[in-house]
Amino acid sequence: MAGDRIERDVLIEAPIDVVWEVISRPEQIVHWFSDEAEFDLRPGGEGVLTFEMKATDQPAAYHLRFEAVEPPRRLAYRWVYPGGEEPRPGNSMLVEFTLAEEGGRTRLTVVESGLDLMPWPDDEKQGYADSHDKGWAQHLQRLCAYVPAAADRPVA
Amino acid sequence: MSAPALEREQELWAALAEPSRLRVLDVLLDRGEATPTALARQLPLTRQAVTKHLAVLARVGLVEGRRQGREVRYVVEPERLADGARQLHAVAAQWDRRLAAIKRIAEAVHARRQLAAGDR
Repeated sequence: MAGDRIERDVLIEAPIDVVWEVISRPEQIVHWFSDEAEFDLRPGGEGVLTFEMKATDQPAAYHLRFEAVEPPRRLAYRWVYPGGEEPRPGNSMLVEFTLAEEGGRTRLTVVESGLDLMPWPDDEKQGYADSHDKGWAQHLQRLCAYVPAAADRPVA
Repeated sequence: MSAPALEREQELWAALAEPSRLRVLDVLLDRGEATPTALARQLPLTRQAVTKHLAVLARVGLVEGRRQGREVRYVVEPERLADGARQLHAVAAQWDRRLAAIKRIAEAVHARRQLAAGDR
């Protein structure tokens, strides 16, 4: 598999503004993503996505912070970072939506990344020079090589 | 979507999100099993730092520690690694499902508005 990032896209038979509404308005987000959504839609704005946990009946709340809010072409936020910490490259996942017009239709691309963006602290760079190009992608390939059947097994 | 699955996946990703922790796992994969002392010799990390990373990896089940005398020997848990690979695939599948839902919703909204505009 791709490894260091997940990239997916879809072609939608609707104008770009409509697609923007669906990905950026809380009342639409609850129809395709979390069970509840509440946020301040502006660069640096924060919010919470809440998922119902069927196993425990306890809701799981994920904080997010917008990195980019550029209607109707780009929306990016960081999420999954430790409570009490500021989201930043190195402790969070980055989700980026890109919208592009294609003859009246809209191409929506989503990239979720994070692991390959993790910065290497300077004091750890020494001695790693030879392995610096070994990013998450290669690491994942190793994992998959270690468990060759993993990639083909159905998701639990 | 399944929230527990999301949670498990995120725990695992968080455990792997630290580059030096990933290196610890990498070296452990090479060696099959090792003590924190042995791993620290191969990495620009102190034994204490290696021990901390191993504790995080053990918490999400990626490695298992077995006490041997005064030292703990760590081994990689293949099942959990397989789980990890599956979960990464699951994230991709999740986004496919979400994008399909976005498409459905946006096209329905658009169709409704076109109909409404036609009525006027």
